[in-house]
Amino acid sequence: MNPAQEGAQGKATGIGVYPGYAVLLILLLAYPWIASGFWTVQVGAYSLILGIISLSLMFLAGYGGVVSLAQLTIAGCAGYMLAIHGVNSAGLGLGWPWWAAIPIAIVIATLMATLIGLISVRTEGIYTIMITLAIAVAFFYFTRQNYTVFNGFTGFAGLEPPLLFGVNWRDAMPFYYLCLTVAVLCYSLVLYLGRSNFGIAMQAIRDNPRRMSTLGFSVNTHRVLAYTIAGFVAALGGVLSVWFNGRISPGSISTGPVIDILIIAVVGGLGRPIGPFLGALVFVLLENFAIDLIDRDRFNTVIGIAFLAMVLFSPDGLLGLWEKLKPRLVPRREGSAGT
Amino acid sequence: MKLFLLTLLNGLTLAALYFLVASGFTLVFGLMRNVNLAHGSLYLLGAYIGYDVADFSGSWFLGVAAGFVSMAAAGLLLQVLVFRHMEGQDLRQTLVTIGISIVLADLMLAIWGGTTYQFEPPEWLYGATPMPLVRAYPTYRLALLGTAVVIGIALWLFLNRTRIGMMIRAGVDDREMLSATGINVHLVFAITFAIGAGLAGFAGVVGGTALSIAPGEDVRYLLASLVVVIVGGMGSVAGAAIGALLIGLAEQFGLAYSPTYGVVYTFLIMVLVLAVRPQGIMGKRA
Amino acid sequence: MSIEKRTVPGFKRSLLAAAVLAVSASAGAADGVKMGALATLEGAFTVLGEDGMRGVKMALAERDNKACGQEIELITGSSDASPDSAIRAARKLVEQDKVEILIGPLSGSEGLAVKDYAKTQPQVTFLNGTSAAQDTTLRDPADNFFRWTTDGAQWQAGLGTYAYDEKGYKTVVAIAEDYSFPYTQVMGFMLEFCEKGGKVTDKFWVPIGNKDYSTIVASIPDDIDAIYVALGGADAVNFLTQYEQAGGDKPLIGGSITVDQSVMGSKGRRKSYVVGTPSAGPIADAWDDPRWQAFVTTYQESYPDGLPSPSLFAHGYYVNTLAALTALEAVDCDLSDGQARYRAALSSLELETPTGMVTLDANRQAVADIFLTEVAEADDGSLYNKVVKVTPQVPQTMGMDPEAFLALGPVGRDNPECK
Repeated sequence: MNPAQEGAQGKATGIGVYPGYAVLLILLLAYPWIASGFWTVQVGAYSLILGIISLSLMFLAGYGGVVSLAQLTIAGCAGYMLAIHGVNSAGLGLGWPWWAAIPIAIVIATLMATLIGLISVRTEGIYTIMITLAIAVAFFYFTRQNYTVFNGFTGFAGLEPPLLFGVNWRDAMPFYYLCLTVAVLCYSLVLYLGRSNFGIAMQAIRDNPRRMSTLGFSVNTHRVLAYTIAGFVAALGGVLSVWFNGRISPGSISTGPVIDILIIAVVGGLGRPIGPFLGALVFVLLENFAIDLIDRDRFNTVIGIAFLAMVLFSPDGLLGLWEKLKPRLVPRREGSAGT
Repeated sequence: MKLFLLTLLNGLTLAALYFLVASGFTLVFGLMRNVNLAHGSLYLLGAYIGYDVADFSGSWFLGVAAGFVSMAAAGLLLQVLVFRHMEGQDLRQTLVTIGISIVLADLMLAIWGGTTYQFEPPEWLYGATPMPLVRAYPTYRLALLGTAVVIGIALWLFLNRTRIGMMIRAGVDDREMLSATGINVHLVFAITFAIGAGLAGFAGVVGGTALSIAPGEDVRYLLASLVVVIVGGMGSVAGAAIGALLIGLAEQFGLAYSPTYGVVYTFLIMVLVLAVRPQGIMGKRA
Repeated sequence: MSIEKRTVPGFKRSLLAAAVLAVSASAGAADGVKMGALATLEGAFTVLGEDGMRGVKMALAERDNKACGQEIELITGSSDASPDSAIRAARKLVEQDKVEILIGPLSGSEGLAVKDYAKTQPQVTFLNGTSAAQDTTLRDPADNFFRWTTDGAQWQAGLGTYAYDEKGYKTVVAIAEDYSFPYTQVMGFMLEFCEKGGKVTDKFWVPIGNKDYSTIVASIPDDIDAIYVALGGADAVNFLTQYEQAGGDKPLIGGSITVDQSVMGSKGRRKSYVVGTPSAGPIADAWDDPRWQAFVTTYQESYPDGLPSPSLFAHGYYVNTLAALTALEAVDCDLSDGQARYRAALSSLELETPTGMVTLDANRQAVADIFLTEVAEADDGSLYNKVVKVTPQVPQTMGMDPEAFLALGPVGRDNPECK
């Protein structure tokens, strides 16, 4: 069922959001009180951050039918801009205060996303994948080779969130709640956009661009706008990501992590905005604990096979699996509006 | 002057290698619209298998043949077992190839380890050929250039002068029409994938002899193929040649005269071409 | 019936929550010291990381895996040579597994990242593995990061002088990969070479992963005496092959990881080409000192499927683990009070290793002996690294005044220069 129908159903039951999600929200809020510091940050916050970046990919792919592999690049751009404009351990930063550095980083990254959109808008389908991958790789090489601005192979360290209201936002609980807030905001944004006129137009363009342009919609403008919005979401994720790692270097945006974002979005499911977060959780759990369970050497094989299995047997990812299993576990609601 | 000429020759021979790798990619891409992101893995796997065969048998040529045959078989299997069942689902096929490339890369690392392998080409291919103006140039690279030209011509003849070639070309233009004419499209697809993959394996041994093989080469040649095909145009062997020339020369001249950012130039060219002419230089609009 | 079905998802969720609770709450109750070891056990450098781990285990085995009568719990962490993966692995070891001592990482850039991380975890003592970037201890060091191995510049001690005086090379070009560790190696070579009056007319920085040296080969000028090559062994073989094929004939000077087993296992023409290449590093395979020979024998007996001879990675991890254990015994495993006694013991320790005495300077950086070698042909025709001389107790500032050394600035593509 697509987001529009889901939204309609939500309205039919009188609550804006599935009641199940309310429970989920409570669990998420309570999580740091139960879990240790490591689990809160390394699993909880990290999943949320990866989920945000993958959400931007899902937004473009699920609603817009555009698979862009440059989302992590935009997140990385935001991270680099933050490092360069703020304070970093290499002493190469401009030293702007956080209330200037953070917005400028997000703005620059969103502009970059728009630029990528302008370049890629005339391409479709597979070509978009290829061109966004090439842009991602070009940016990776550039940051690695350039030392004056990007500090090359070493990158930047010593990146921390600012000390606000007396709270060290990098401590486990505050950081987790920060990520949770941003994640919920982005999720709501995507959900809202999905049902707005813009979102409906995007999906219509995804399904039949020719018809839409005949109807007078500017396909290119809508697409570029989608890139911009997705870029904004990715930029937010990028800022959180450098605070999480405390560093950024070309390795953070190389082909491996770029493909990881795609894997996360696909495994989670491209149909609904909760999908990327699911995928991110699975990915993070595997990454942290596969080493304990299986031979540490073959982690990539495991992830690769999991990914393959998902694509081969459940193209809609975990969400799709859940949709198939749900009728057997939960009784159908009275008068549900289709499937 | 000498540096310029040498760089030119280096660019041409590198273009030859890129053409060999990319021609298989563009065939598969053009006909079946399958972005085979496992193409680089096939290159490396063919190289490893070719190395083992050459090492075991002592014959480099056997290694080359092994590279081609093993990867052609792999390609056939992939097409028949996997891709045939997801025809028309372009994104899904792409994702499957990504998954395959991840698993293959890790398995190759497990089997052959992280060390670099050097091939031992026959003596008469090793060493330098005296040449005017540049004093000497590696014989092997000249041979590589010659091989690429021969293969290019052979491919062109295959596509333009044989029945199957005609079917492939028709399929690139209009897939639905091809099946409507009653031709066994699945057979054509299978053959095309086999040839494409076989070319990757062949290039793996031949290229690996020039530049050695190690983990990471799969990603490198995949990216190179992507750029070449995008610039040259999908489905066009002539486009692959043009793209390879552009990229090979750009890369070498970049390395020689602007080594810091040389690596970025090739991608910039690609972005430029795509922004201006999205179907590539010789490509046809979908 | 329907009520049961409705509660199933809720039940599943609470089961999941309970499981998560149980795992997150567990902290592991062991009495002995918890030690973490971090090496590159994924990706292309796995072979090196595995050898590093062998070094750690050898040091532990000497003490029966015990410290102060209690079993030491060793937990391994794996990275793929990228700083991000190293930090992730370090985080897991420190924050989840709660190690008290962490040994690692392997590569230079990882070391820089781990140093920064160490500053945020003052309750853990970090010792190095084999990371050899200069700035890890030279600039902005961490109070709890102890490097018992020497850095990339120290590794080249004696080489520049030897190349100029004994080999007679006055003008060279340098070929190395474009990142921090090779920059450090080149600096180590150039400090002595340039001081003697030598000239390095050009430096070719090869992008990481590049295997096509044809353009570099084409750019090498004719009026030089030798080529200083600081590539890894396998890349060096690649470069040599392409250089030879293009008709090149200049002699080579090798970096610490250049003239290794892969280069010496060369066949055919390449073999005779390599004979006479000088190099320098923290170990020398063929050193006839009994301490080193004992180390090699123990390695070969403990690890029949390891490398033929311990690499500098096994050696480096061994030395650092040895230091950690020796200091532990000196303070009777007293890690209380922010490990103050332990760190004081580490700072003042004089360590006897298979390659000589090692002490730490004010930045907790090792001062150790460096081996100058040259490739020679044995009676049976195989190649080996003959020890020419041992440069004793090389400090990080390479014999220069510390102020002047720091004033040289951080290593980079254009620093230092002597054309």
